[in-house]
Amino acid sequence: MSEELLKVENLEVQFKSGSAITKAVNGVSFTLNRRENIGIVGESGSGKSVTATSLLRLIPSPPGKISGGAIHFDGKDLLKLSEKEMKSIRGNEISMIFQDPLTSLNPVFTVGDQIIESIKTHQKVSKKEAKKKAIEMLKLVGIPAPEKRINMYPHEFSGGMRQRVMIAIALSCNPKLLIADEPTTALDVTVQAQILDLMKRLQDEFNTAIIMITHDLGVVWELCDKVLVMYAGNVVEYGTVKEIYDQPKHPYTWGLLDSQITESVSEDQPLTTIPGSPPDLRQEITGCPFAARCAYAQDVCFTNKPKMTEVGENHYAACHFQTKENRLDRKEKTAHDRAIVTS
Amino acid sequence: MTEPLLQVRELKKHFPLESPIPFVKSRLSVKAVDGVSFDVYRGETLGVVGESGCGKSTMARLVNQLITPSSGTVQFKGENLIGMDGKKLRETRKSIQMVFQDPYASLDPRKTIGELIAEPMVIHRIGDKTSQKKRVEELLEVVGLSQYHAKRYPHEFSGGQRQRINIARALVLNPDIIICDEPVSALDVSVQAQVINLLKELQREFDLTYIFISHDLNVVRYMCDRIAVMYLGKIVEMGTYKEIYEDPKHPYTKALLSAIPKENPHDRKERIILKDSVPNPINPPSGCHFHERCPVAMDRCKREAPQLIDTGNGHIASCHLLNEQ
Repeated sequence: MSEELLKVENLEVQFKSGSAITKAVNGVSFTLNRRENIGIVGESGSGKSVTATSLLRLIPSPPGKISGGAIHFDGKDLLKLSEKEMKSIRGNEISMIFQDPLTSLNPVFTVGDQIIESIKTHQKVSKKEAKKKAIEMLKLVGIPAPEKRINMYPHEFSGGMRQRVMIAIALSCNPKLLIADEPTTALDVTVQAQILDLMKRLQDEFNTAIIMITHDLGVVWELCDKVLVMYAGNVVEYGTVKEIYDQPKHPYTWGLLDSQITESVSEDQPLTTIPGSPPDLRQEITGCPFAARCAYAQDVCFTNKPKMTEVGENHYAACHFQTKENRLDRKEKTAHDRAIVTS
Repeated sequence: MTEPLLQVRELKKHFPLESPIPFVKSRLSVKAVDGVSFDVYRGETLGVVGESGCGKSTMARLVNQLITPSSGTVQFKGENLIGMDGKKLRETRKSIQMVFQDPYASLDPRKTIGELIAEPMVIHRIGDKTSQKKRVEELLEVVGLSQYHAKRYPHEFSGGQRQRINIARALVLNPDIIICDEPVSALDVSVQAQVINLLKELQREFDLTYIFISHDLNVVRYMCDRIAVMYLGKIVEMGTYKEIYEDPKHPYTKALLSAIPKENPHDRKERIILKDSVPNPINPPSGCHFHERCPVAMDRCKREAPQLIDTGNGHIASCHLLNEQ
């Protein structure tokens, strides 16, 4: 079962504007097995979405450019394929759902047309068969009366229903990999719970691997096996969900976990925050990108960029002080530590 | 018990629908807020939670008369705001300020931060240029920005900083109440924590009262003293945050709480997954509006709308099951 589906090596993506070059993604590597779920977390501008869109080679070029690295998907190097070959992968073997389901559906076509379009593009089937399949998909994602709904337009659906339609389109060709870019951020908690439940259920049925991009760690705990923590275009920590929660190693991950509001946070205590703001990616960063905001930073952090090192079983972090020789411990007990003890 | 600062009684707003026949008034309307009553006491934070479309934001706008209610009263410091004449209303509104959700849309891009923060003083003709400038500088410090930011434009700031500017703008006239309509929903977690800390600090420092609208139940639990849960224009449950989180009475509140994502990967959470989404407010279900999605609905719920019942400790909820026990 633990067969490798996707391997990203040292992916680099740059955007050019005028004379400035923004390194949006700066050396991201990870692997994903079949039927496995990985969560990519980080603040806005950390390169989560750019990483995901570059897997489909959908980065607008110019100004964007995949400037280095390799993406191995199911035995193929995606960066070496022709545009035509790439088209047969998009929506077929790898599909994607986006944050805002209203802008990702075409308002002048019925939802049925849009599902049928995706099926007919990739499969040699008659229109009638495609329609039958579309109805089946709508039924699968839990849309009541699919025979009627298939002739309706996107504006006649609620936000949660539209996201279900998006999922139906994405899964209609039985993809091996589904990239979900903040699929529940625009939805209410109750609807979010429905959609996450649906994604888990459909995964069992379709054997799809999922890349889940989110800034909500709760969603990661809910759905994912592995987590990739990104900061300023770099991966700072990567490991299984349990490792990252129980033994986070990178100071940025600590900050991220601590700024979550959970039940273990007392109302009289101020919330823990990460002081400062992310660096300007147009400037060359020497050293650790997090150094300027890190409470544990020393001279070496500003001059040398830390490499990813193994810090536990299937657990990697990029910090000078989390290696085999060095161990950095947290200065004080935080709400997150207390939560681990009680959980 | 002290006198409430704000007393809202049977507040209603029905938006009429456009009629299909010209010149004939439509009889249909969207009952966005349908008979809401609550009190807000000085220094407390009242949280309002509910799904999109339940009327949270409409209610906030009704409280400070940005939209005129269909009926009901809003008493602020003992005076009814509804039907108050324009001049007096403007004067009273100084004490009721708002912070909106989208920090990008709520600042005029052509004005400098200094002009934006001074604007309320200009409108209400308070002080001269020098005293206004001094006040702006003072407020920038209060919300954690620097004096030199006054000369900059909104696009030069990040989301969190813009929300700080919006908070400074709400504070400029020394209000009693600030209505925060999803103030942190558009922000990243780490920035969200900074803004929440700021709001709490300001509350202590200036003795502020907040009405805090959010759909993030964790944020509401951290911020609020009392919580009102709304569903289709009505308050279905209200009580102290402890009561609501530890002993929710209404099935809708229970479902909302169970929908909060896991706290940690080891969590095995029993989840109540609600079917569908909020029904159409033009034609809400009969009886209890929640009965179609309610996991414990009875026959009676289809026929009769439940009343709010006091279950002790200032905790009220509207559900027929509470009568049965």
